[in-house]
Amino acid sequence: MLRFAPPLALFVLAVPLACGLLGTILPAFGFLPALGGRHLSVQPFADLFGQPGLWRSAVQALMIGLVTTAISLAMVAGFVCAWYGTRAFRLIQHLVSPLLAVPHAAAAFGFAFMIAPSGYLARLFSPWATGWERPPDLLIVNDPAGLALIAGLVIKEVPFLLLVTLAALPQVPALRSLRLSQSLGYGRMMGFMFTAWPALYRQIRLAVFAVIAYASANVDVAFILGPTTPQTLPVRLVGWMNDPELSMRFMACAGACLQIAVTASALAAWLVLERTVGPVAESICETGRRFRRDGVVRLVSGGMMATSAFLVFGGLGVLALWSVSGLWQFPSAFPDALSWRTWQRTGPALTGPLATTIIIALAATGISVAIALACLQRENETGRTGGNRALALVYLPLLVPQIGFLFGLQLLLIAGDADASWAALILVHVVFVLPYVFLSLSAPWRAYDRRYEAIAAALGAPAGRIFWRVRLPMLLRAVLVAAAVGFAVSVGQYLPTLLVGAGRFPTITTEAVALGSGGDRRVIGVYAFLQMLLPFVGFALATLVPALLFRNRRAIRGL
Amino acid sequence: MTDPSALQATGLRLDNILIALGSRTLVSIDHHIAPGDVLTVMGPSGSGKSTLLAFIGGFLDPAFSARGHVNCNGADITDAPPQARRAGLLFQDTLLFPHMSVGGNLVFAVPQSVTGRAARRDYAGDALCDVGLDGFFDRDPDTLSGGQKARVALARVLVSDPAFMLLDEPFSKLDAGLRDQIRRLVFERAKARRLPVLLVTHDAADAEAARGALIELAPASADGNGT
Repeated sequence: MLRFAPPLALFVLAVPLACGLLGTILPAFGFLPALGGRHLSVQPFADLFGQPGLWRSAVQALMIGLVTTAISLAMVAGFVCAWYGTRAFRLIQHLVSPLLAVPHAAAAFGFAFMIAPSGYLARLFSPWATGWERPPDLLIVNDPAGLALIAGLVIKEVPFLLLVTLAALPQVPALRSLRLSQSLGYGRMMGFMFTAWPALYRQIRLAVFAVIAYASANVDVAFILGPTTPQTLPVRLVGWMNDPELSMRFMACAGACLQIAVTASALAAWLVLERTVGPVAESICETGRRFRRDGVVRLVSGGMMATSAFLVFGGLGVLALWSVSGLWQFPSAFPDALSWRTWQRTGPALTGPLATTIIIALAATGISVAIALACLQRENETGRTGGNRALALVYLPLLVPQIGFLFGLQLLLIAGDADASWAALILVHVVFVLPYVFLSLSAPWRAYDRRYEAIAAALGAPAGRIFWRVRLPMLLRAVLVAAAVGFAVSVGQYLPTLLVGAGRFPTITTEAVALGSGGDRRVIGVYAFLQMLLPFVGFALATLVPALLFRNRRAIRGL
Repeated sequence: MTDPSALQATGLRLDNILIALGSRTLVSIDHHIAPGDVLTVMGPSGSGKSTLLAFIGGFLDPAFSARGHVNCNGADITDAPPQARRAGLLFQDTLLFPHMSVGGNLVFAVPQSVTGRAARRDYAGDALCDVGLDGFFDRDPDTLSGGQKARVALARVLVSDPAFMLLDEPFSKLDAGLRDQIRRLVFERAKARRLPVLLVTHDAADAEAARGALIELAPASADGNGT
């Protein structure tokens, strides 16, 4: 049975991807019989290039992808190099890690509520410091240069890159490298940068590529924080895809091909950047400078991490506050009155999307955990990990822009009359949930001391009994944490739910994004609060269940 | 004691075993361990001591290649699955299952032939008494002292009714006073049950206490080993 697990995982990940890409490329060249396109043509591309501001949208998507990744990586690298092995490192690590679970849209709304002209930061400093009695007329959110969008993406990508780096740290002799370089007279930060970071970077490279792909093709955060005239390419594409005029879909698919090219260009540009930065760093290293006086830089790098965590946490707090606020005038830092009115008013409309969100997330997570466990157990039996190629495959759905294959997948599902079905929706969620579950589970699974299994086998326990009675209970916490990660990923999915659900399966996330940053702050507060509450409940359960189950087993109860 | 062939049929017979990693020979051994006897294999780390145990226990990593046969009480177990070999394993870590109680660890090891929940618990309880840990059944293994954990690990192996014992430096993590005591306990119980014992160690005191045959493995680079 287990023999079929790796092929099944391959099937689940690669088939939707391949079919989706094909289903995007054919209509882009005019072929889509269901909509009357029976002949290949380049008309969709001609239409696309006739759109006003198209190049600006495309170049902006490319730049946002690159700049977001560069800033996020610089923050994580700076922080790890400057603080690894200190108490502050552990503190900030614990502060930043939970942010991974916060859905992008909720973080983006919270961020907007912080930095907007009438947002919380302005209120905190008004009128005593700024003199503002009314919100200043500044375009901070949705600024034409996309700075708010970049910042909103950075605060979410930093926790991701940090966690991937933390997972890679044990595979690198980091502490010994640091001690060695320090005893040779190097400052802490550059000592680590020269000796340990290059090996670390090689380990997290695929994750960095995933950030580029995600940031250059993001829809939901760009819709909330991004520029509006014109919008970035991915946001415009979704608009065309959902246009009531069905013939627009040909052009949307041509646009999706352009998006793939944009993301590919961003990745190519990054490769060039890698080739330049590496030798430059090497030549600096060869000068032998020790960079002993790094106090200020270290403070800045730590401060940036803390600020980014503070902005997300603060934003989430402000969201929650808005959801229960009555009248709340500028520049008061606190509402004049608190009330449950918004919750009562939106309550009836919430239950449907809430149930849909939970059902899809539970099903997709359950399937993903089962497949990941089966693959890892197969690997355990055969002793083959599949190596880097398998890892690249797991990362594949994270490296292709979602739009690139979701458009095609939607069109194929419509053609097969299978769109807007529970099964299709759950399976498309699995495509995005499975990689995260697998990445989260594989490290603890492989780190497991196999001598426990040797002992159990020598005591006569058959393979099944060893799995269910020994390995699984001992790794229960890791499995539940991986499930919580998967659950959070599913809850946060916007585009797959919107496209494959064909708008008929509203979830908390699709409803929240649809409100946009200009909507009623109280209602946004309710939706975004629920959006962050669901993953939080998942992680709380992942901690509490083993703690209760193993309350009398000190070595593994966790709490 | 009488007929040499009958003697050969009992105990653990390591028949011309040769384990290699690629083209490099790690271990070559040919020895018979009679019931109640101890064979001590000594050597520096990396010399293939633990690899030999893994081969006999049935856990050899596929990266290694092995020749030769393992006979236990007359049956060839070279290709048997680990579950069918009845090897009693003790590692330098006690590796008590942390999610089970002390008693649960033992019940897990009680042979299937003992049926009924109560009977299996009694059987495990008796084994605990036998190593001087009466009343520890419901304890969390993590709350035990080092010596108590070692006793539980021994009781867990014995309760499974092993055919022979494989000891992988099981005393090296105990402090000096305790080490002596546990070492004596393990050898005494193995002797009482007439179990053949294979001990790998790099502690000369272990070899001395075992009072059996001694094989020293050469450092990793050489091929062929003296007896």
